[in-house]
Amino acid sequence: MIVRSAIPRKLVDFGVKVISSLAALLGITILAWILYEVIKRGAAALNWSFFIHLPTPPGLTGGGVANAILGTLIITLLATLAGVPTGLLAGIYLAEFGQHSRLGSLVRFTSNVMMGIPSIIVGLFIYTLLVLPKHHFSGYAGSAALAVIMLPIVARTTEDMLRLVPNALRESALALGAPRWKTTLQVVFRAAKTGLITGVLLAIARVSGETAPLLFTALNSPYWPTSLNRPTANLTVTIFNYAMSPYTDWQEIAWGASLLIMSAVLVLTVVARVALKEVKK
Amino acid sequence: MPGIYLFFMVQRVNKKIRPIKNQNIQKKADRVFHWLTALSALLILALMIGIFWELLSNSRLAIQKFGFKFLVSEVWNPVTQEFGAASSIYGTLVSTAIALLLAVPLSLAIAVFLVELAPPAISRLVGYAIELLAAIPSIIFGMWGLFVFAPFMAEHIQPGLSKALGFLPLFQGPPMGIGMLTAGVILALMILPFISAVARDVFRMVPAVVKESAYGLGSTTWEVTRKVTISYGLRGLLGAAFLGLGRAIGETMAVTFVIGNDHTISKSLFSPANSIASTLANEFAEASEPLYLSALVKLGLVLFAITILIQIIAQLWLKKIGQSFGGSL
Amino acid sequence: MNAAVNDEPLKILPYGALSPNKKNPNSSTSCEAAAPAAIQPKISTRNLSFYYGNHQALIDNNLDIAPGNVTAIIGPSGCGKSTHIRVYNRIFELYRDQRATGEVILDGENILSPSVDVIELRRKVGMIFQKPTPFPMSIFENVAYGLRLHYKLTKSELAERVEIALKRAALWEEVKDKLHRPGTALSGGQQQRLCIARAIAIEPEVLLMDEPTSAIDPVATAKIEELIESIKSIYTIVIVTHNMQQAARVSDFTAFFYEGKVVEFGPTSQIFTNPSNKQTEDYITGRFG
Ligand SMILES: Nc1ncnc2c1ncn2[C@@H]1O[C@H](COP(=O)(O)OP(=O)(O)O)[C@@H](O)[C@H]1O
Ligand SMILES: [Mg+2]
Repeated sequence: MIVRSAIPRKLVDFGVKVISSLAALLGITILAWILYEVIKRGAAALNWSFFIHLPTPPGLTGGGVANAILGTLIITLLATLAGVPTGLLAGIYLAEFGQHSRLGSLVRFTSNVMMGIPSIIVGLFIYTLLVLPKHHFSGYAGSAALAVIMLPIVARTTEDMLRLVPNALRESALALGAPRWKTTLQVVFRAAKTGLITGVLLAIARVSGETAPLLFTALNSPYWPTSLNRPTANLTVTIFNYAMSPYTDWQEIAWGASLLIMSAVLVLTVVARVALKEVKK
Repeated sequence: MPGIYLFFMVQRVNKKIRPIKNQNIQKKADRVFHWLTALSALLILALMIGIFWELLSNSRLAIQKFGFKFLVSEVWNPVTQEFGAASSIYGTLVSTAIALLLAVPLSLAIAVFLVELAPPAISRLVGYAIELLAAIPSIIFGMWGLFVFAPFMAEHIQPGLSKALGFLPLFQGPPMGIGMLTAGVILALMILPFISAVARDVFRMVPAVVKESAYGLGSTTWEVTRKVTISYGLRGLLGAAFLGLGRAIGETMAVTFVIGNDHTISKSLFSPANSIASTLANEFAEASEPLYLSALVKLGLVLFAITILIQIIAQLWLKKIGQSFGGSL
Repeated sequence: MNAAVNDEPLKILPYGALSPNKKNPNSSTSCEAAAPAAIQPKISTRNLSFYYGNHQALIDNNLDIAPGNVTAIIGPSGCGKSTHIRVYNRIFELYRDQRATGEVILDGENILSPSVDVIELRRKVGMIFQKPTPFPMSIFENVAYGLRLHYKLTKSELAERVEIALKRAALWEEVKDKLHRPGTALSGGQQQRLCIARAIAIEPEVLLMDEPTSAIDPVATAKIEELIESIKSIYTIVIVTHNMQQAARVSDFTAFFYEGKVVEFGPTSQIFTNPSNKQTEDYITGRFG
């Protein structure tokens, strides 16, 4: 029997270890690089007027994005109000009524596919549905687009979280004479509470950083969001418009807005992840 | 003594109270509840069909005018009202291909690091970092790409590439930073976390006994990874790559910031280009002509069709693997 | 006084109790002839069959449950004990592929009839599961949950009834100072007694227990057996158990199930000392199962 030398094998092994460590390092470096640049450039743009003033034309100092901050909050809130309850209900259907039904598996499959649809397509859809017939962009349309994106996410996480609840708990509530809806909402939901909150937070985090679906629904506006029936200011489209403009003071504001959005999204994500770890324990 | 205690208790309970008879109300409430949940579930189906229908009916004008020639024509001229999707489709496919080419091997390496190499504490830390990277909104990648990474490419990467591989038309031309290559690299960074995460989960699903017996035979880490883990998880990795593909192909903001938005097909990866999503993001809000709008919606329809196809394949594939592993990914 | 009931189990002759061999129709008839003189059974099942999809888990079960007594159901694992009692409160209906045929008559009414008020049925027929299932709420709320479902009570009435239930479940002394702590924070044995308190708070007439002590340590098991002893005069109890000693200790009647059939049924003393069926004897003496 021929004994192969172990040295080349060990060299290859060493090479692979180096490469994979470098790859991991690269991932961390990119993250650190992005965080560093956004924080450095963003923090420079943040000041009092950034938070409380309306935008000013390029060249005039003292402008802010107060309207866009407010607009993003309103649009996201409205999207949450529409997307979360429907998503929860759809998730209940998937977990409680439709586990083995044909409609259940069809909806489950469709939700998974829908989560992979580019968000700009959802924006396009809402444009044709809500903007085109009314001949004007609106904050409502923006919220609708975000709600459509949230719906399948919330539905699927809700389903997964409800399925973690043992059937024995459902049975013991039903055995006490509780109707199905009370069993689900008062007992099963409570048992899955942390998981459900996590799912909702992740969905909010996901849509609050979205730009593409707002581009031709909410559009943007230099004014206060006094009516959602008009184009509505929001942070992400503001970042896009300002970054693409040739004015450096606008670009600075775009960095400030980027820092704001990034922090919000990352905080939401981290909180949700920590909560999720609790659930899995 | 227990008897007396019991007697005492039974006495007190004997103050009979009558239960509420609410069967009918609760029965109705349950029916309403069931219907509400079913309707919400149906809404997801309806939205999916609705998206397809709206895109189809709103691109009718362009479909009638250009038909299938739309897919191969390179002309995109709002002034003469001539629209062809070839350059957008080309840009979408090429930028995605670059992204996958870079991201798949890198993700595999990261997954190997996370599962086979790193001590648990470091593995967890790197895992968090990768998760955070996944959470960063695409517009942030766009900002960073435009103002930080594109200049970096122009100064440090592209000149080197020209020097080393300049004999290929792919790497010729002035290093502008902005263009197809940069878009592809940024896309790679964006899908990296997704593919790594799935690859990591696949690696973890490989039963420990299989790995241990391979190590027991005197194999090195790489040999175990290659022979056992990768051959075990290859199908899962393919599914992961598909998911990454699905994300990359429709990614909008990051690409729009750095691709350069030019409707020509160029041999060089350094040249500005456009993708379907970037064209939509740039031109849609300004398009006022019905035919122009319709052509853009048709572009969206093409993107929708591509992503749906990818998603369906990926979902079916992952479902099959999940079943064969006896769990789900 | 109620304690008297404990000392002297009701002299009733449940369906088939005297029948040495179910395969012998004559003896079966003679038994039924004797029945009318005795007290009416609380529950009688007639030709009860049960299906999980296409798999038949119960075959023509006939069984009478005596009121105010403990009836134990024993038999090897998988013989259909749980399946049988899960028909009594129609809890199996949670699953769409499960179905029961035949009759289960509770106080003269066939509970399998679609017109039966399931909520009212479950108020009358409580259930305790193998693993404790405290709801994710406080100890107080756990017990109050069922009460709120079925009764309109003032705050003080509610508190009073929660207290009574916890006392009856022999848990009051241990939890009276921490009623607002989560029910899940209790020990396994305490959780199971909490579930019993929750079930008896709504004043059921029948209590079904599916191996209530199999997930609990011996000391806690002894407490629960004591508890069963102390409440059995108030309720009709059906207990599924894996543990033959437990059946012998707590029950007045015992049914032996095998492969989905009721093989033998009679007073516990008779089943354990003088089983008439070979399979029963083999099981009880530990020769199979
Ligand atoms: N959910 C189920 N689906 C299909 N078959 C089941 C299910 N639960 C129990 N069974 C089958 O029914 C039979 C009786 O089960 P069970 O009543 O749980 O037995 P026991 O409680 O006596 O151990 C067994 O053969 C078991 O495999
Ligand atoms: Mg059982």
